[in-house]
Amino acid sequence: MTQSESQAGLRWTTQQRNRSDRLARVQAALGGALDGKIVQASHIVELFNAVLEPGDRVCLEGNNQKQADFLGKALTRVDTTRVHDLHMLLSVLSLPEHLDVFDKGIASKLDFSFSGPQAGRLAKLAQSGKLNIGAIHTYLELFSRYFIDLTPRVSLVAAEMADREGNLYTGANTEDTPAIAEATAFKSGIVIAQVNRVVDKLPRVDIPGDWVGYVVQSPTPYYIEPLFTRDPALISEIQVLMAMMAIKGIYAEYEIERLNHGIGFDTAAIELLLPTYAADLGLKGKIARHWALNPHPALIPAIEAGFVESVHSFGSELGMEKYISARPDVFFVGPDGSMRSNRAFCQAAGHYACDMFIGSTLQIDLQGNSSTATLGRIAGFGGAPNMGADARGRRHPSKAWLKAGEQARAGRDTIPRGQKLVVQMVETFREHMAPAFVEKLDAWQLAEQANMALPPVMIYGDDVTHILTEEGIANLLLCRTVEEREQAIRGVAGYTPVGMGRDKRMVENLRDRGIIKRPEDLGIDKRMATRDLLAAKNMKGLVRASGGLYDPPKRFRNW
Amino acid sequence: METLKYRFEQGRRSLAGMPQLVGVVGSGNLEVLIEPSPLQGACEIEVRTAAVGFGATWQAVMADFHDRWSLADARISINDMGATPAVVSLRLDQAVESLTGAVSKESA
Repeated sequence: MTQSESQAGLRWTTQQRNRSDRLARVQAALGGALDGKIVQASHIVELFNAVLEPGDRVCLEGNNQKQADFLGKALTRVDTTRVHDLHMLLSVLSLPEHLDVFDKGIASKLDFSFSGPQAGRLAKLAQSGKLNIGAIHTYLELFSRYFIDLTPRVSLVAAEMADREGNLYTGANTEDTPAIAEATAFKSGIVIAQVNRVVDKLPRVDIPGDWVGYVVQSPTPYYIEPLFTRDPALISEIQVLMAMMAIKGIYAEYEIERLNHGIGFDTAAIELLLPTYAADLGLKGKIARHWALNPHPALIPAIEAGFVESVHSFGSELGMEKYISARPDVFFVGPDGSMRSNRAFCQAAGHYACDMFIGSTLQIDLQGNSSTATLGRIAGFGGAPNMGADARGRRHPSKAWLKAGEQARAGRDTIPRGQKLVVQMVETFREHMAPAFVEKLDAWQLAEQANMALPPVMIYGDDVTHILTEEGIANLLLCRTVEEREQAIRGVAGYTPVGMGRDKRMVENLRDRGIIKRPEDLGIDKRMATRDLLAAKNMKGLVRASGGLYDPPKRFRNW
Repeated sequence: METLKYRFEQGRRSLAGMPQLVGVVGSGNLEVLIEPSPLQGACEIEVRTAAVGFGATWQAVMADFHDRWSLADARISINDMGATPAVVSLRLDQAVESLTGAVSKESA
């Protein structure tokens, strides 16, 4: 090799050589506490002190479900003279430790997607200057940047089990791990996994061992939140009425076969009405056949009734493991018998392969923009903006997609194309009589407070196709002017100030044209809107529907 | 506690049948008693509500209810524990539907 050739070799391998340096530092620092790739839990902070460098981009796995909590806690205890100014990459900020690293000066920059439980503290830290927010993303957007300009140097992930070679079994809660591990491992970064158990033989390999640098068995299993469990006992009659309207006025109307549901009680009510109300309408086999959805316990009765043909999941749900394993025709289950979820794929599936997204929100303005931002809290987006957006790159047709596209373009001289249905389902008043409809979103004020480039809008008005409230359904696809759109929204906004401000004559005209539909226009008998219509009325009902396979977490066992 | 009273004249739909009670008095809910009463074609509504200061909203909810049903010779009593307008309207509609339903069953 000539001198220039060897110099060229050095020039293009800085990351690989840096990786080797890090591995050598760890070997020297840990000595006997390192057994191949296996690190003793008692030495985790020493591992971090040796492997991390100031300014590193560090991805800490944690989303709204599983959390690499042991690694996250350990990261708050590193030596700040050696490790500082980290640039944290997080799907979800949900544990106090996620912010402690900023308080302690270990990290200074943050790119993330969602921060529900820590949203208030995040806003305060950002204001104090201890934390510099790069940007707030959707999940898919953040994963995408891991492969472009936010590639992690070190990633801290969580798995169920590892073997001695570092192969990982992530099982039902695979979630974000493949995206994070792939981006890190193939760009000379280092993946560190906390596992519940180190075993000789894994049930299956979810992450190949040669992508993984180190494995540590955490003293306690990783934390996981049962985020998608909704107790049917808490579903109200108004939610039953709205679910009836959704099924008759939207699912049946557009023959929606492929869909994604939000996580609220509104959509849980729909799930529980499929085997009763929708079945009575003769809709079995015609609607709601294929889902991008976490394994919602509320979907069990519909699955058992044969409504549901397939479900692909972002993550798993505590207590659903045995039920899922026993229904491999419906869920994505490996040869080992446990499910594999994948957040990145499921987000892509929800965006491109579903005809409808339906979910709740906190505020809707007169253009139909929808936001969950509230003052003093930087909550972020999660997956909703990708689920609740027309897929502009989609090309394959379906009945629902074609019909929505046709309605939006009727009478206009444009080339035909389809459109995704994006439904916002809200009661006009939330708790404490807070109106869901507003002239101006709180997001504007939050943007000003937190110095954001844009108000944080969850779903833009031009993507919303229907707004469903207890008062009726507004079909925004059929509106032809800004004024019509505004009146259609006011026309279902109930007794909120926005609703009271309607032009009654124009709203009646929109109703005559079928742009607004009341329950009576849909032929819905309000006397039927009782909890008797729910296929399961409480948690015990869900367990019974599952044939005893569903095992709800303790806090949901109220019998 | 606040008591609100409404009277709508010249209803077109006369009520007959047994009094109907729907709903329960519980947080965020309400109880509606609806009964036929000789009121010279009017519909009288009395609301006792735990939530003070929502008079304008009640007025609008009741006016819309009257627009929908135009009841005559009907007395409605409401015990409210902070129900949203949505729940109020649903209960009222359920009460009327169950009463008129009962009427048609009797005549059949």
